[in-house]
Amino acid sequence: MDKAQLEKEEIERLVERCVREQVDKRLTGVEEELRALRGMVTRGGGNVPEDRTTIVVFSGEMDPLFGAFTIALGSVAMGMEVSMFFTFWGLNALRVGKKYSGKSMGEKMVAAMMPQGPASVPTSRMNMGGAGPVFFKHLMKQRNIATLPSMISMAQEMGVRLVACETSMGVMGVTRDELLPGVDYGGVATYLEDAAKSKVTLFI
Amino acid sequence: MATVELDCKGLSCPMPIVKISRAMKELLAGDCLCVFASDPSFQSDVEAWVRKMGHVLIDFKEQQGVQRAMIEKGAS
Repeated sequence: MDKAQLEKEEIERLVERCVREQVDKRLTGVEEELRALRGMVTRGGGNVPEDRTTIVVFSGEMDPLFGAFTIALGSVAMGMEVSMFFTFWGLNALRVGKKYSGKSMGEKMVAAMMPQGPASVPTSRMNMGGAGPVFFKHLMKQRNIATLPSMISMAQEMGVRLVACETSMGVMGVTRDELLPGVDYGGVATYLEDAAKSKVTLFI
Repeated sequence: MATVELDCKGLSCPMPIVKISRAMKELLAGDCLCVFASDPSFQSDVEAWVRKMGHVLIDFKEQQGVQRAMIEKGAS
């Protein structure tokens, strides 16, 4: 073999080694990135929703409240965490009584027009000046359906997080001592923090 | 492998699954819960419930308006 041939082979070996080194270096980077990406996919990019149901309870009538508490109790039975946010008319579901002292004229008027609590809320249709709820309660008793107050206390026992919206409490003139003991208080961020990580979110 | 009976006859949605979930907590994996119910949505609800909770519905029968579900507690 002549000298030129030997030199050529030597150069080829060098080039090959350089290329392999470079490729290996790049590959390691790509592999690392791939591993990180895979991790993110299995973790959902760190944004996997919790097995949680979050319900905004805006309505204060018997029928929508039944719907809300049925879904809440069902969720707990299905092994899920539950948060319920009570705002505006929905606050009546948490009411345990009425207070008039220390309230403004307007707040007293609102309080006078509100029901005493979940046992005396109206129905959204066919209320007929209070006859509707009596009629429906009778029908529900016949069918052995749990009462609204019993569902609310069951929800609390089973660890459902009940949150009263402070802003609507202010508007409606509702004070903390008029609401069920053990409820949390919060605003829109409190709701959104739970809603953002929930698989089920409802507005009732 | 114990078998526990649970009477949910006359109860309406959501009470049967609420009672089942409570009763199931007391059992060990492999134990059976034998539930009697009359709620019209019971079959579809109990099927969905076992799927979600990882248990097994071994048997489901209906006789004279009374449904009987045999649920075996899963490993988890």
